[in-house]
Amino acid sequence: MTTMVTTKPSRWKNYSTWANRHRKWLFAAPAMIFVGLLIAVPLGWTLYLSVTDSEGSVRAASNLVGFSNYFEVLTDTERFWPAVMRTFVFTGGALAIELILGMCIALLLWRPFRGEKWVRVAILLPLVATPVAVGMMWRLIFDPNIGFANQVLNWVGIPAQPWLSGQYTALPTLMFVDIWQWTPMVVLMLLAGLTSLSDEPDEAARIDGANSWQRFWFVTLPLLRATVIVTIVLRGIDALKTFDILYATKGKGGGSFHEVETLNIYAFGLSFDYNDYGIASTVLILFFLLIITIMWVLTYRRKANRS
Amino acid sequence: MKRHSVVRVAAIVAATFFAAGTLTACSAGDDGGSKTLRVTLANHVWTDTIKSKLPEFEAATGLTVELSQYGEDQLSDQYNVKLNAGTDEIDVMMYRPLQEGKLFAKNGYLGDLSDDVESNAVWDWSDFQSGPVESTTYDGNVVGVPIITEQEVLYYRKDLLANAGLEVPTTMDELEAAAKAISEQNPGVAGFVARTGKSAAVTQFSSFLYSFGGDFIDENGDSAVNSSEAKEAYAFYGGLIRDYGPENVSTDMSWPEAMAIFTQGQAGLYTEADSLYKNATDPATSKVSDTVGFAPMPAGPGGSVAYNVPSWALGINAESANSAEAWSFIEWATSAELTLVVQQDGVPGARQSVWEDPAGTSTYPADLAAAIATSTKNGVGHDRPLVIKVPEAREIVGDPIVIAITGGDSDAAADAASDAFQDILDEE
Repeated sequence: MTTMVTTKPSRWKNYSTWANRHRKWLFAAPAMIFVGLLIAVPLGWTLYLSVTDSEGSVRAASNLVGFSNYFEVLTDTERFWPAVMRTFVFTGGALAIELILGMCIALLLWRPFRGEKWVRVAILLPLVATPVAVGMMWRLIFDPNIGFANQVLNWVGIPAQPWLSGQYTALPTLMFVDIWQWTPMVVLMLLAGLTSLSDEPDEAARIDGANSWQRFWFVTLPLLRATVIVTIVLRGIDALKTFDILYATKGKGGGSFHEVETLNIYAFGLSFDYNDYGIASTVLILFFLLIITIMWVLTYRRKANRS
Repeated sequence: MKRHSVVRVAAIVAATFFAAGTLTACSAGDDGGSKTLRVTLANHVWTDTIKSKLPEFEAATGLTVELSQYGEDQLSDQYNVKLNAGTDEIDVMMYRPLQEGKLFAKNGYLGDLSDDVESNAVWDWSDFQSGPVESTTYDGNVVGVPIITEQEVLYYRKDLLANAGLEVPTTMDELEAAAKAISEQNPGVAGFVARTGKSAAVTQFSSFLYSFGGDFIDENGDSAVNSSEAKEAYAFYGGLIRDYGPENVSTDMSWPEAMAIFTQGQAGLYTEADSLYKNATDPATSKVSDTVGFAPMPAGPGGSVAYNVPSWALGINAESANSAEAWSFIEWATSAELTLVVQQDGVPGARQSVWEDPAGTSTYPADLAAAIATSTKNGVGHDRPLVIKVPEAREIVGDPIVIAITGGDSDAAADAASDAFQDILDEE
């Protein structure tokens, strides 16, 4: 009896001591497990599907086919590789222009001026619009027959353009829409970085007689390096995954010539139009690896530079 | 004390978490076997009419109908996700027999209705046209009840034809001549418009294909999209749009885009499904409502052969726990009385008795009713390749259409399409 009475509280005490010692893990555990499962389970399932010939219904019987899906996808020069190329053209092009434009606007907004608040709000407007609504809006503007864009061209005497409906103009047009919508976010991030910089290095350079371009290129930009890289990583991943405006304007398959079919659109078409779950999962896994690699390279380089 | 309070807080948090979980589980369980019927329908005039009549059904049966409505593509996506997961949250489903019927039936998504359709002599299954019934039957089992049929007709502008001094085209040659005349006489107005999207155009191109004497699949079950008739049809359809179509024509147009061009008065001739005619005759949506006319498909070398297909049907989710109630809904929605009401609202139905009843076509423009009668008489029962992988096949056989529209070598494209299409046929 006496032993039981003494062990019970001590076991409880041991337990609570353990809990208290690890309380940061304990409190975070439910969220971590939840998030972990949310990522791990779908990823595992996709990995499994990518080595099967599952099609029609995921509940239907399917066979393990090893890596033949990967072979099929990686040798597909008709849909897969062009989609990879379009993904990179879209991301690279949009990101580069967004960065340059974003940097220019951020520098303009950096120093306080009259009416600054209003300008900032106006610049952020495209960012808060719903992407699908944005897609529909631009689709109307770029309509080849009744759209506003061709009317404007007409006023200045330039012949009408096919815009979104042209085989070669659709992707650049959508890059423009992406730039219109996401430059504000780049501005916001760069501006946050700029405001956190101290004035001294800039002043020192000014006293040394550096002109404004030199001060930007040799002082401000190197100091802003970390912010720029974070911006590239975040916006780059986001742009790689772009789906909504592409789908809202061109639909499944990215147009009759697959002219805006990026990896995301391709994978969506494979699973929801063709019901070819094996191949779709393979494309998604490859896409996932691609993003991981790019992210790893960017962050690794950043760490290497720092040390 | 401090330590204990940490543990206590953790315990309370955990308890609340689990309690909340149990509560949600309880509330989710309540729905099982209830008198709520979940009906998923597509955006369509048919759906609007049925929706307005729903209170009658609910009053008569005591069921509560929970209606979900989607556009065509979203509906397909919904089914793909939910039926794949084996949901029982859909009881009645509106689906496209020619697009998804084979796939859904093969996957076991559609419940067997063979006994239900024979159970009520008054409702009369034999009244349904045989073509549509064939396409909602899989492996000898009835899996759906056809509700909407479609035929392709020619929409035209009476005023533009009259200005050009032309009669309504009855042959493909006259169609081309009329398109040419209209586009030349009316700057800014296209002579001819039709769907241009690779996949969307296939169904409306099919009547051209048949009228030129071709088909997607030959009698041996092999690809026929590179036959000389098919090549001619591709070149003709694409050429009409390239030469006399709207300027800077998009190659993504489905019916909403093409219909918009016609109803905005920017095109003289338009081939499209008759079930969409309200868009052109309703003054609220159409600027040409008072000058639009309808005619049968112009005749090609193979005659005037349009498709006559069941575009939509109702089925019951095989996993549904309310299949008896679901059937009572289908029986009600497809009754002869309601079919007549729906047809008078402009949606061609699948019941022969309603077509034979003068009231069935009383609300139709006379020329449209005549055009439909022609199409129904010698119509072909499919408007796309009848395979399991319809979406993939449509993109393949639709490619030469787009190539023809953009001025490429459509003959070579038809040869390439035929090889790819044959692969799909061999697989199945």
